[in-house]
Amino acid sequence: MSAVASINDLAVSFATDAGPVRAVDGVSLEVRPGEVLAVVGESGSGKTVTAKAILGLLPATATTRGAVVLTARDGTTTDVVSVSGARLREVRGRDVAMVFQEPSSVLNPVYTVGRQIAEGLRAHGKVSKKEARRRAIEVLGTVGIPDPEERVDHYPHQFSGGQKQRIVIAMALVLNPGLIVADEPTTALDVTVQAEILELLRRLRDDTGTAIVLITHNMGVVADLADRVAVMYQGEVVESAPVKDLFSDPQAEYTRALLGAVPRIGEGVARAAARLEARPEGWHDAEPVVRAEGLTITYPGRFRQPSFTAVDDVSFTIRPGEVLGLVGESGSGKTTIARAIAGLTPVSGGSLEVLGAQMNGARGRRLRTMRPRLGFVFQDPATSFNPLLTIAECVAEPLVVHGRARTPEAARRRVDELLEAVQLPRSYGDRFPHELSGGQRQRASLARGLALDPELLVADEPTSALDVSVQAKVLELFTELQAELGFACLFVSHDLAVVDLLADRIAVLYRGRLVEEGTGAEVLGSPREDYTRRLLASLPVPDPVAQAERRQTWETLAEPSVR
Amino acid sequence: MTAPEITGAGTAGAAPEHLRGRGAWFKRLPVVHQLRQSVGLQRGMLVAGLVLTVAFVVLAAGARWIAPYGWAQLRGPDGMFGAQQPPSADHWFGTTVGGYDVLSRVVWGAQTALFVVVVAVLSSIVVGVVLGLLSGYFGGWVDRLLVLVADAVYAFPSLLLAILLAIVISGGQSSMWGGIFAAALSITVVFVPQYFRVVRAEVVRVKGEAFVDSARVLGTGHWRIMTRHVLRNSIRTLPLIVTLNASEAILTLAGLGFLGFGIEPTAAAEWGYDLQRAVADVTSGIWWTALFPGLAIVVAAMGMTLVGESLNDLADPRLRSRSRSKQVSGKVAATSVVADDQQKGDVA
Repeated sequence: MSAVASINDLAVSFATDAGPVRAVDGVSLEVRPGEVLAVVGESGSGKTVTAKAILGLLPATATTRGAVVLTARDGTTTDVVSVSGARLREVRGRDVAMVFQEPSSVLNPVYTVGRQIAEGLRAHGKVSKKEARRRAIEVLGTVGIPDPEERVDHYPHQFSGGQKQRIVIAMALVLNPGLIVADEPTTALDVTVQAEILELLRRLRDDTGTAIVLITHNMGVVADLADRVAVMYQGEVVESAPVKDLFSDPQAEYTRALLGAVPRIGEGVARAAARLEARPEGWHDAEPVVRAEGLTITYPGRFRQPSFTAVDDVSFTIRPGEVLGLVGESGSGKTTIARAIAGLTPVSGGSLEVLGAQMNGARGRRLRTMRPRLGFVFQDPATSFNPLLTIAECVAEPLVVHGRARTPEAARRRVDELLEAVQLPRSYGDRFPHELSGGQRQRASLARGLALDPELLVADEPTSALDVSVQAKVLELFTELQAELGFACLFVSHDLAVVDLLADRIAVLYRGRLVEEGTGAEVLGSPREDYTRRLLASLPVPDPVAQAERRQTWETLAEPSVR
Repeated sequence: MTAPEITGAGTAGAAPEHLRGRGAWFKRLPVVHQLRQSVGLQRGMLVAGLVLTVAFVVLAAGARWIAPYGWAQLRGPDGMFGAQQPPSADHWFGTTVGGYDVLSRVVWGAQTALFVVVVAVLSSIVVGVVLGLLSGYFGGWVDRLLVLVADAVYAFPSLLLAILLAIVISGGQSSMWGGIFAAALSITVVFVPQYFRVVRAEVVRVKGEAFVDSARVLGTGHWRIMTRHVLRNSIRTLPLIVTLNASEAILTLAGLGFLGFGIEPTAAAEWGYDLQRAVADVTSGIWWTALFPGLAIVVAAMGMTLVGESLNDLADPRLRSRSRSKQVSGKVAATSVVADDQQKGDVA
């Protein structure tokens, strides 16, 4: 059986302002029919560039060397690197198609999905309107959109995120290509939806025999779907092996490090128990740092539309020195709660007491005494620093604002201490935020959050923008600092495994309501609620054998509507 | 995690450019930086624009020494210049219908134009930025009102507005500085909405950024947030508008002068006025009185437009052209974040 795509000694460099930069160097890969090849690696490892090279989609600033030979279903071969634009357009869609990361930005909002699917058909030969529509309905049915006859005339905004990704997959499928390149197809989706999309991709491979190149950084997804795995690091393939061998016996050092960095559920239970043991007498009755009772937050609607309730009647407490993990999917209200605690979003109902200050109806001045006792770590380290100030100035900002130092320079000693506490070299204080990597920036962000020695730290998805290997280090640092400084923490995340690693107690949010709360052992070990069980089962684990079992559990738990 | 190929690789630990010793500071100045960055046609445009603009500024600043006569001088050591004299050794560009030396008026006119441009641009920046910052940051009804006014001014024909203001400000009388301020301020009113809208839009965007949120969490006061975090991040596009507006200011000034709302010929030299006085000459074959002031307007405006346009292109990474190599070259960038994380502990 010959390969559908074979990449031979591919090298790509980009012209940038700082001269040429090589993104991919000497990559050779082969994809066989009906196979799922996963390409994994951290951001910047060249995996997306490799994927785009398969379709000849690299921008004009790229220079390519080597060969990417595609074999069509009828046996003709094309070298994507050297062919003309016209030939390339013929090949795209027919021999190879692409599924992008962010489904909502891939679909054109002003056309119906049916028309967008038909577009691919019409680009390849004459197809009547009726025929195109029939095929579009057919392929929508294949990807599991209910009522395809009716939905074909709907616009993208009328579909949910998971359905949009199904439609993007349908667009890729409509010409029945031999190969689909899926670039992080589930990264933008929630875990429960991710599980459904992975199931769909698996079914497509089995039914249509389409080979899939799956670009991802999520080892759980790899374990779930892939047949073979290629690990990329700094533009090169460091290891390529069948999925079971890779997970059970990784050869390259880098692969081992990568696998070791993936958080697994169940690691944090022992730690949480040990912490609970060490609590002083009477800790349970101590005055909590955060107490929410019937907390409700609504966003006002515009133009007489009803207002939207983001958080609905939520009650919880955080005691001193305790880490509460808040988990939920996008839109479950977890970030809203975090922002409300920091006073960034007004509370509309119920009571929210933070460090003794009532947040419901509170205005700026009354919160002044509370502010210095609270630290906040933002989700995206790239945007949470003022790009025009150096790291030292940014970290010194809390000290200056609260009068602990007159100028950023005067605060430099304390800033250096803080940078060392988060394991950044002192000299990094003179750098600008864009000169640091994501992980380093998030450490600096942590340093800023801890500058005033707060009693409460609110961390809003602090690691979701980071690669796994970096995430592992930031989380470890976080645990160390928490143990050392003993601050209470609200840790918001969509990743159950991350929360499990850190939290003393876990609260699960679903559509603005708190569905379950308890210790890690309670919530993750024996969940009471259906939703929690489904969430747990949807989370792919980085182990192909265990994941195959979990998949079965998931299938029995899944809502009937999605099957 | 002590894998050798992970910890050993990468140069990301090296100091970034701004820490790599001194002597490079001038390379980061706004225009110099772009000049170094540009290639090909964009570089040609920028260089041509810079040469013309520098020539204009030199002419304006050195008018006292460059111009052979004063702007209102009618007689030399040999008596009167005479009206409409063709170009000669004494008067390189000839003389006007009023008996002035054309070369001198062109050179002195550059000075007037420069003053007007500087005053107009400075005052419109100050007013536009302050209003834009306050309006964008606080929002509410003040914001809505200001946007409405800005849009109304924007919708007005700008020359008509400038004429109106020239009359209101100078009341028809004009000394040199009175005329310059009248022209500059009437241009200011036309330009303020541009700066206002650009700055306001940026402020509204920056206000939503996470770093402003982070300042708010700290309890930072409005004034400090506005000046330290919002303002400096909102004015990056201003140099572009400044260069484009400078050329527009020259054209507006010339337009005012041409229509007779500019500066008296005895108060200062002004290209638009000279051009208007030369209209009748053109039909009788006297070309020098119209050609030189006209050329001066075109060249000065073009120089600034070229600088502005090429800066505009260079500021946008999608429009910026870069030198491309035919071969695959360059090193693999050390993008791995693992490599430079200085971490002592093990991961797992």
